[in-house]
Amino acid sequence: MAELSDDYLKYPNRGHGMDHDRYPWSQLHERPNVTWPNGARVALWVVTQLQWFPMDMKPAVPVPGAMARPYPDFWNYTLRDYGNRVGVYRIFKVLDKLGLKSSVAINSALAERHPFLIEQVNQRGWEVVANGLDMGHIIHGEMDREEEAAMIKGVLDSLRKLSGQPVRGWLSPIRSESFNTPDIAAANGIEYLCDWLNDDMPYAFETKSGTIHNLPHTMELDDQQVLVTLRHTEQEYVDQLKDQFDCLYAESAERGGRVMAINLNPWVTGQAYRIKALEEALSYISGHDGVWTATGAEILDAFKAQA
Amino acid sequence: MMRDPQLYDYSPLCDRPKITWPNGARVAFWVAPNIEYYEFDPPLNPGRRAWPKPHPDVVPYSHRDYGNRAGFFRMMEAMAKYNVRGSVSLNVAICQHHPELIKVCNELDWELFSHGIYNTRYTYTMSEAQERAMMKDVIDTIKDASGQDVAGWLAPALSYTTNTFELLAEFGIQYTCDLFHDDQPQPVNTKSGRLISVPYSLEMNDTVVLSMMGKSSRHYSDILKANFDQLYEEGAENGQVMCIPLHPFLIGQPHRIGNFAEVLDYITGHDDVWVTTGREIAAHYYEHHYDNVLASLTARRGS
Repeated sequence: MAELSDDYLKYPNRGHGMDHDRYPWSQLHERPNVTWPNGARVALWVVTQLQWFPMDMKPAVPVPGAMARPYPDFWNYTLRDYGNRVGVYRIFKVLDKLGLKSSVAINSALAERHPFLIEQVNQRGWEVVANGLDMGHIIHGEMDREEEAAMIKGVLDSLRKLSGQPVRGWLSPIRSESFNTPDIAAANGIEYLCDWLNDDMPYAFETKSGTIHNLPHTMELDDQQVLVTLRHTEQEYVDQLKDQFDCLYAESAERGGRVMAINLNPWVTGQAYRIKALEEALSYISGHDGVWTATGAEILDAFKAQA
Repeated sequence: MMRDPQLYDYSPLCDRPKITWPNGARVAFWVAPNIEYYEFDPPLNPGRRAWPKPHPDVVPYSHRDYGNRAGFFRMMEAMAKYNVRGSVSLNVAICQHHPELIKVCNELDWELFSHGIYNTRYTYTMSEAQERAMMKDVIDTIKDASGQDVAGWLAPALSYTTNTFELLAEFGIQYTCDLFHDDQPQPVNTKSGRLISVPYSLEMNDTVVLSMMGKSSRHYSDILKANFDQLYEEGAENGQVMCIPLHPFLIGQPHRIGNFAEVLDYITGHDDVWVTTGREIAAHYYEHHYDNVLASLTARRGS
């Protein structure tokens, strides 16, 4: 086998803090307590993810939920599409019934195909978050910078035009970034990212276009991750959501406001046999005093007002 | 290549010397948090790439960073509540990146043992001189950060060369966590010095159970309790070891920490449990059992 260069035993970034400049090293429990509006203890941030998986998609990196069978893969195409036709309306009905809001992270190509989805979001006064172009266009570390910049700008132009909203949040498809993504997003007016999974609270994030924030989106509580990738039962999914809430709610008594993010993929949780499980978990959480149903932008504004 | 690691002798569970623990305990119980630093943009090792996707791989990088920012403190509080000291499997670059975590470990009298420099720097393809230099770096860094002489070893990201165990014995390392063949400590065959394995279980490891096997948090608690119950029963005849290896980025998640605390409550609530560290298990074994077990293994080899 090849000899290993002695450079492999050199560690140029081995010093205090992080090995990059995006954010300073900081432990959650050492930061000042955060207060939410009306003294709420937990900001419940539901994110509904609306995505289009084109049947001819050829993503540069593996995408969970992608076409997986020989072309034409009607199996996977139509099952993903189920979420945008059926599942999403089951989820919205549950949220409406419980008086909960959602940020809706949407692929711009899907919004262009079905502006009706954007109308549904706007009617409720909910937030549109940019979720890239479609699930075949994945940002990655070897992507050309100009190509990425043009794509991000195109996505934001399209979603802003269709929704009439400022579109302040960015969630990369499968949370995949290049080294340039935060800079490009910030240069296009994005105020918060959802891709980084390293905290339970918003935190400041440095870019070439100034300081933006990362909000604590979730993979651990993502329905696709839990129910499809890890194959947990619906009861285990409900237990996980309740356990997460119980811990954050208890912590908030001493350590200030917390954020609980729940990420929903309508083709997963919007299935007929799963929707009651989601309702059970959301009823449990929203049945507590001091739960603030909020969009990402509202959480960001409340956080920045006291930072 | 060898067909057998040639690191230990056969010793059947039903016919081996009796191991005892202090105060007649049936099970020596230890918890081994892996406090790790994964690099954002590490160099490539020919034996293994660090991240699945082209760098930067933001999801796994930031998921692991969660452990140091948020998970460690929750895990530490749960352990402290039940008087469980950690035996830390440490990427020693944490001593430079996050000395605040080492300070907490020192204050709580936790053991620090080696898990290499970074979890993104693998031992694969290292020359003997390079591996020796890496080991010396680890030993010196832990001594500087804590005053401790390193007793234990878990290879960085469980990556090895065929020289690894010989070099550990040469450096005077007391025990390795890299062998998974037993629920009791066992002598490891080396040409020089002496070395034992102390059980560090992959079957109980949160990464293996939660991420690789994909079990839920509550299912993991059931697994840990069932494993303990069986070893506690067997420990009445012959002392056993149970280790729970942890990663703060997993066990310190809000939806898991309460279930884990309940497991600690359950295990430490038993009378005949020695709640201890890897170093103390090794020291007790060397003092009371090593010679006897070695003689038994030698006799079996000759028969």
